[in-house]
Amino acid sequence: MAASDAPNGDVLIRNAFGSVLAFLILLLIGVLAFSIRLFSVIKYESVIHEFDPYFNYRVTQFLTKNGIYDFWNWFDDRTWYPLGRVIGGTVYPGLTLTAGTLYWFLHSLNIPLSVETVCVFTAPIFSAFASWATFLLTKEVKGVGAGLTAAALLAMVPSYISRSVAGSYDNEAVAIFALIFTFYLYIKTLNTGSLFYATLNSLSYFYMVCSWGGYTFIINLIPMHVLLCIVTGRYSSRLYIAYAPLVVLGTLLAALVPVVGFNAVMTSEHFASFLVFIIIHVVALVYYIKGILSPKMFKVALALVVSIGLAVCCAMVAVIIALVASSPTKGWSGRSLSLLDPTYASKYIPIIASVSEHQPPTWPSYFMDINVLAFLIPAGIIACFSPLSDASLFAVLYIVLSVYFSGVMVRLMLVLAPAACILSGIALSQAFDVFTRSIKFQLPSLSDHSHIDARDASSENIVPDDTIKTDKSEDTPKERMTKRSKKKEKEPVEKPPTKFQIKKRLSVLPFEASIIAVILLVLLVAFYVVHCVWAAAEAYSAPSIVLTSHSNDGLHVFDDFREAYAWLSHNTDVDDKVASWWDYGYQTTAMANRTVIVDNNTWNNTHIATVGTAMSSPEKAAWEIFHSLDVKYVLVVFGGLVGYPSDDINKFLWMVRIGGGVFPHIKEPDYLRDGQYRIDSMATPTMLNCLMYKLSYYRFVETDGKAFDRVRRTEIGKKYFKLTHFEEVFTTHHWMVRIYKLKPPKNRIRGKNKKSKSKTSSTTTSKRKGTRRNPF
Amino acid sequence: MPMEEQPHFRVPLSLLLFLSLFLLPTSFSSTHDLQILNAERRIDLTSHIIKVYLTLKVENLGTSPASEVHLAFSPAEAEHLAIVKAAATSGKRKKKTYIPLDVKSAELPDGPNGTKFFTVTLLTSLNKGETATLEVLYILTHSLEPFPVEITQSESQLVYFRDSAILLSPYHVKEQTTFIKTPSTRVESFTVVDPAKRAGTELKYGPYEDQPPYSYSPVLVHFENNNPFAVVEELEREIEISHWGNVQVTERYRLVHAGARHKGAFSRVEYQTRPDATGVSSFKHLLAKLPPKVHSVYYRDEIGNVSTSNLRTDYRKSELEFQPRYPLFGGWKSTFVIGYGLPLQDFLFESPDGRRYLNFTFGCPLTQTVVDKLILKVVLPEGSKDPTAVIPFQVDQHLEIKYSYLDVIGRTVVVLEKSNVVPEHNVPFQVYYTFNPIFMLAEPLMLSIAIFLFFVASVSYLHADLSIRK
Repeated sequence: MAASDAPNGDVLIRNAFGSVLAFLILLLIGVLAFSIRLFSVIKYESVIHEFDPYFNYRVTQFLTKNGIYDFWNWFDDRTWYPLGRVIGGTVYPGLTLTAGTLYWFLHSLNIPLSVETVCVFTAPIFSAFASWATFLLTKEVKGVGAGLTAAALLAMVPSYISRSVAGSYDNEAVAIFALIFTFYLYIKTLNTGSLFYATLNSLSYFYMVCSWGGYTFIINLIPMHVLLCIVTGRYSSRLYIAYAPLVVLGTLLAALVPVVGFNAVMTSEHFASFLVFIIIHVVALVYYIKGILSPKMFKVALALVVSIGLAVCCAMVAVIIALVASSPTKGWSGRSLSLLDPTYASKYIPIIASVSEHQPPTWPSYFMDINVLAFLIPAGIIACFSPLSDASLFAVLYIVLSVYFSGVMVRLMLVLAPAACILSGIALSQAFDVFTRSIKFQLPSLSDHSHIDARDASSENIVPDDTIKTDKSEDTPKERMTKRSKKKEKEPVEKPPTKFQIKKRLSVLPFEASIIAVILLVLLVAFYVVHCVWAAAEAYSAPSIVLTSHSNDGLHVFDDFREAYAWLSHNTDVDDKVASWWDYGYQTTAMANRTVIVDNNTWNNTHIATVGTAMSSPEKAAWEIFHSLDVKYVLVVFGGLVGYPSDDINKFLWMVRIGGGVFPHIKEPDYLRDGQYRIDSMATPTMLNCLMYKLSYYRFVETDGKAFDRVRRTEIGKKYFKLTHFEEVFTTHHWMVRIYKLKPPKNRIRGKNKKSKSKTSSTTTSKRKGTRRNPF
Repeated sequence: MPMEEQPHFRVPLSLLLFLSLFLLPTSFSSTHDLQILNAERRIDLTSHIIKVYLTLKVENLGTSPASEVHLAFSPAEAEHLAIVKAAATSGKRKKKTYIPLDVKSAELPDGPNGTKFFTVTLLTSLNKGETATLEVLYILTHSLEPFPVEITQSESQLVYFRDSAILLSPYHVKEQTTFIKTPSTRVESFTVVDPAKRAGTELKYGPYEDQPPYSYSPVLVHFENNNPFAVVEELEREIEISHWGNVQVTERYRLVHAGARHKGAFSRVEYQTRPDATGVSSFKHLLAKLPPKVHSVYYRDEIGNVSTSNLRTDYRKSELEFQPRYPLFGGWKSTFVIGYGLPLQDFLFESPDGRRYLNFTFGCPLTQTVVDKLILKVVLPEGSKDPTAVIPFQVDQHLEIKYSYLDVIGRTVVVLEKSNVVPEHNVPFQVYYTFNPIFMLAEPLMLSIAIFLFFVASVSYLHADLSIRK
């Protein structure tokens, strides 16, 4: 590193050039991250996607219209009728506040973008931020070159794209940025021991807590890393500074978020952090005492402390176990429990199991979502071990944990993606480093070149080969020159790479092998890019509220959902209640502005079970349930005419299961013929008489004369029937959404005893009896 | 001052109106020097916009020359009257020419209670014994009353039309006939005032002879009308002028089917399989006639694009054919937005005195629709001054300020409001304003300065050592 005066200016210029290049590459990576997510806008339109984003969009609308204080106090009476929902206290506000701030900022500059536009583009903007955060994190772990590679990989990793295309306005969009940035600040603190970064880290953690329930991943991963560092004898004061403020400040800040509140100290998800907090203090004390005592005295003190400490610990653990054991779920939330025990949800909570993104992933989905990164990860892990630093240890721990979590729940593939990108970035960067250095050393024209600064020479050579790699080899001098004021902070991280570089210079691969390997690596990365662009364009850009299909005579657009919601919003009374399966709750409140009974925030299992029961009951019993809930319209999604597979008939067994879980008179075997779910002539009479069947197939036979269901690929079992308690009021163009109105009660009452019964059947229990008496 | 005097005036006036009922027809000789030799009325009921073509042959009986002819409307008509146009004809048959005449709202002292008058000013005043022929067109909206009020999907829509068999006029009418054209041959009933007869789609009342002034003979026609009763309850058109070369038009519609309300179930299977037998009064296609050279057309509503639209352009006109998200049955509503850009040079001109003016079409681009309330906003570029609007008919005007992209002082918005607008209101209007082109550079300059300052700040930050310890 001791360069003489003459090359110093040269190095300075090259460093300046390198940092400008790195900056430009980062900028381009940001542009790439943003623009690869715009396929959905270009191919479809600028619209909010799917289900949850509609809720977030609606909350953001409320926030921008009514301000922050009304938002905290918002009691939403348009959902979960008649219970309502306290939005301000049950929602992670990070995303909403972010988009709201963006909106206010733009409007203060008189840029009149609509709330919808801001919401649509929030996710792509934050993916650009996330890729920059990845750069910072990987730079802390393995230097600038690895950082740039990892950032470029993350900018287009399909797993993350699936959650952050333009319009996918969901918590994960900003949370992944917050997650990576929190990790970056943690590593930065660990490397520098700066309290400034420790404070920033707590703030970043606070933002993460605001944004996503996945913050528990951070608050478990970091303690595990700290514990691992302590166990492997890597304790340092930097580790203490990185961890202790995070726990104290972070927990205090997390408790400020209404949805978390006292959970930040009460639930089991957070216990690991407190336990490690105690341990690190004990260890710190031990190290301190070790420093001031002589070795002999220390042994005595150690024996004393350990015996007392053990006693105290045992007492505390006993208390904690007693506390935890007293609560039915052992202090864990259902979703966390299903993480620890993958079979938990399917055994006990059908409502969690019914969500497709809570299912374990299949092997192809790994290839789909992280593609070649899956093969690069092991190489990255090896690279992390040579040499092992605190930071690279963290990267290894991160990947191991996230692989496990992604194996439990397909949705957590999202947490795996950044880890995979970081390790693959490291692997690729190191591999390129080795190969290009081998090539350089064997190039005859360069062999007589000055060997004073071999690493600088190599960078020259690499520039035309692969620009991303350029900065890797010159990170050390660059840091020295441009960040002279921060030189002191950099010291700890730079020592290992420097030694490493010198050692590596000696290991030279054959020239031809290196060339071929470089070409193969470039090909591998090219495949990755092609796959990512394909995934972004074809697989993950569909907004799911508007469907398209290509056929011989061109493009067909199925815009039935919005047709139905627009109809509801303009042609029904503003206070009418609409019942549907919970999947469509958020969309109905956001797009049709009508009160719904249940929605995608599945906080009340009984309420959902009531709707499930109604859907699986015969018409009359269903009418009574709906009438008791003040429902005026029932909405069902039916794909049989056009072959839309995720319709209500296909989801129907979950309705039966969830309904049956609370109301035992609904029994799943009643709907199955020999364990098979079918709707053709072999179907059970219970199935053919339930409300869902009738509402889906009402007058379906008149379309083609045979009533052929294109999703189930069969003719339906019962073709001709009349509805007595419901009336079709609207069916969309492709029949995908059918809306029925409950007939007024006067049509129903004929006899005296029925009249008296209907009066008293306000409670669910009496309804149950009525249903059971009904011989269908 | 004249505004203040009106209340004082009104008391004796209404008294006079009352008296005049008894004193007819001798009292106010000046207006009654005229008589109508022949009146022919053709009422077109084929759509929900009722067009009445009235041909009057007027003769001056008095000694003094008369230059004004009065038209009388019953209160019900006056309420729904959208427009009254008059033209003088000269020449015969093929060489007939029409010269538009000035029509003004007027008050006559001798009309029966509630009668509303319009005054047509003739080109040349009529001397004694001379005759003149007038062509009058007036348009009525919301004058077809659905009966039955609610219909099911399979029924067709029947409506009442109320009018008088005899022309309401302040003059003596020597001979008159009224023709009523219905959209189909299905006429349930009509009031017979002899002589009256029906042939095909036409009802003929008259000829009636020698009717005294203010004669009235109510008739009721009950007939089938399945034409789309498309009514835009409110239309907000925003025309934004950018001197960089674009006129951006945004039109926000609130559409309703104002015919007989839909009752009971809507069955998609019937609607799809038997399109000519069910939902005959519903409509799903709309046609907007846009100016030529239109670009970047979009059609959406508050929840996103509506994909069912089709644009045809040629050098004379553009036609946007589109469908609302769902077919509109009686009483069903829909809202949507249509936006498009237009080249500036086709609509913005410079007047000889150096001011600029926008020449644009008033009214609603949708064909065959009534607009209950039209709000037309012309957003002038930032820095425009002294806006004045020139419109051939009465509208409410006021100014607003709108802030758009990076505005500092805001853009002046000329707001024109008119109720009861029919396609005949699609006539050009002008908005004059003064504008200094230097304002066009304000926003680019602001942006460049901001970016420049940002770079200066970054450079100075990089060169300043902010650390406390050296």
